[in-house]
Amino acid sequence: MTQPAPAAEAATRKSAPADGGRPWRTKLVRFDVRTLSLLGVLAVLVVIGGITQPDSFLDTDNVQLVLTQASVIGVVTVGMTFVIISGGIDLSVGAIVALASVWATTVATQEYGFAGILFTAVIVGMGCGLVNGLLIAYGGIVPFIATLAMLASGRGLALQITDGKTQMVTVDGVLDLGLRESYVLGIPPLVLVFAAVTVVGWLLLNRTTFGRRSVAVGGNAEAARLAGIDVRRQRLYLYLLSGLCCGIAAFLLIVLSGSGQNTNGNLYELDAIAAAIIGGTLLSGGRGTITGSVLGVLIFTTIQNIFALNNLETATQQIAKGAIIVAAVLVQRRTAHTS
Amino acid sequence: MPTTTSRRGLLFGAAALSGGALLAGCTSNESKDEDSGNKEQQVADEKPGKEVTIGFAGPQADHGWLNAINDNAKERAKKYADVTLESTEGSNDTAAQIGQVETLINKKVDVLVILPADGKALTQVGLKAMKAGIPVVNLDRVFASPQAYRCWIGGDNYGMGLSAGHYIGEKLKDKKNARVVELAGLDNLELTKQRSKGFDDALKNYPNIKKVARQAADFTVESGQQKMSQLLQAQKNFDALWNHDDDQGVGALRAIEQAGRDDFLMVGGAGALSAFQAIEADDGVLKATVLYPPTMAASAIDLARALGQGKGVSGMAEFEIPSFVTCYSAVVDKDNVEQYMPTGFK
Repeated sequence: MTQPAPAAEAATRKSAPADGGRPWRTKLVRFDVRTLSLLGVLAVLVVIGGITQPDSFLDTDNVQLVLTQASVIGVVTVGMTFVIISGGIDLSVGAIVALASVWATTVATQEYGFAGILFTAVIVGMGCGLVNGLLIAYGGIVPFIATLAMLASGRGLALQITDGKTQMVTVDGVLDLGLRESYVLGIPPLVLVFAAVTVVGWLLLNRTTFGRRSVAVGGNAEAARLAGIDVRRQRLYLYLLSGLCCGIAAFLLIVLSGSGQNTNGNLYELDAIAAAIIGGTLLSGGRGTITGSVLGVLIFTTIQNIFALNNLETATQQIAKGAIIVAAVLVQRRTAHTS
Repeated sequence: MPTTTSRRGLLFGAAALSGGALLAGCTSNESKDEDSGNKEQQVADEKPGKEVTIGFAGPQADHGWLNAINDNAKERAKKYADVTLESTEGSNDTAAQIGQVETLINKKVDVLVILPADGKALTQVGLKAMKAGIPVVNLDRVFASPQAYRCWIGGDNYGMGLSAGHYIGEKLKDKKNARVVELAGLDNLELTKQRSKGFDDALKNYPNIKKVARQAADFTVESGQQKMSQLLQAQKNFDALWNHDDDQGVGALRAIEQAGRDDFLMVGGAGALSAFQAIEADDGVLKATVLYPPTMAASAIDLARALGQGKGVSGMAEFEIPSFVTCYSAVVDKDNVEQYMPTGFK
């Protein structure tokens, strides 16, 4: 719409490797302008927060808090960004987080301690992602429907496992991770995981064949196929990746809340999609950045933090959140035009 | 879930009493002798009587309290040899639940117990049942028309707020410029407003106390953790916290632990087992919780059985069961937590 077709660009890169260096550089510059506009939005929010609540907004505790709260949804959003870039959508992320978290906190799992919980969360997340991927890539079901089905059945399964009850975590090592004593140089472990996922996601998207293929599939699947990409396998991997991110997020949520509940991850799908879109990812696929999505998440979390610090009412919060989403996307558009 | 019948009986008695208070106007003070003399009033008791089939349309148990409601109803029905319970799959979808109630009407159950996903939306089907001659016991979320039910039994959301406010008020009454914080439940629900209103009204009795912040969570652990950690960040010092719901309280307590705060007292709401245990252990900020007893579902089965057998309620002079029973939101703290422990839900 505003940019030369990214698929063509990706295909060019694929078919003409000799030219490989230049597109990277132009791409980086272009993304920097987008990134700057997002940083601008974030800066405005920080100023608003600083002015309205100078005592509580800018202190270390609060920065730690905002980053911690961004971690769980942030990890989910990194996976979601890949899926959307490839032209797909994953509506099941919240349900997968719920299912992974309750499965990982069942009494049986807790007997295996820390590793058992972590392993179960990740395996369940990937298992759901695998089912999504198989249905979409090889079953020919459109992502919207396949992941909608996963949303419904995942939530149902989570409810069945918990029987509506909150499953408390009694494994010490897990709970300790959420406490101040385990901060590394003032950084909560959850934030470190989020940072690691972000860096890996960035490298995967920008520095690997996997990343190029994801963009190519999203830009023009047919062109990608002609360029020799196994589109179906690529799609399978992408939903698997999203499932993996949900599994990791589920573990972070267990650490954060000290429990597993079937209501976990409520509306994550909408938050993750919104953060990715605010971050400049095209819903139609073919374009998007990890940096943008992460900034999108931070913008969201900062907004919520400012709302709470200023003791705004729920209705006001919801209205303001909607308005800010629109404003952020408009700023994005404007910047995209002028770049 | 472990529950004892003695506690239920006690609650039922309390419930019946509060219902009785409503009927006080038509109850004579000195007619007891005459009543027992010229009436052959039958009172529902544990002895097997006429066979009764009760249709139960409960909620979808996606929350600890709702789950406890279903469990309480089923456990109670099992206790009576003369009661057959036909229960439908729990649902929070209005259309689905209307269908379920209609199925129960068609099955010609003797009495219906309905906890509607949405009281207003289920009113019509309640009316339909009553017209078909099936008395309806409306559980908790009230129908829009009194014609749609024979008897209502439910919790007192306003009363929860009152109890919490008075408990906190008494604890802080000697403290100058005391500051109180409220972590409310889902703001989309009317019951949340009622709880807050009751709380505010109670606090008006204590001019030294000011409510400095209120944030709403979603009745989930996750939202409780998230909102509470922000509240703690916003309010560097306060003296008391009222949290509307013990499920989200699990998250709130986690946030308090993570922030390393212990400079205030906390009052919960609903009556979860984990809250009772924390109150008993007395090693944290949680000092009390105000009840919204899920045992009301067991009482609803009792009332439905009495209706089906055409009997009254023990301890009351009336021939019929009351039309309106509001459960009391008792405060459970260290002193009486042992008594309430068996009713705690997971």
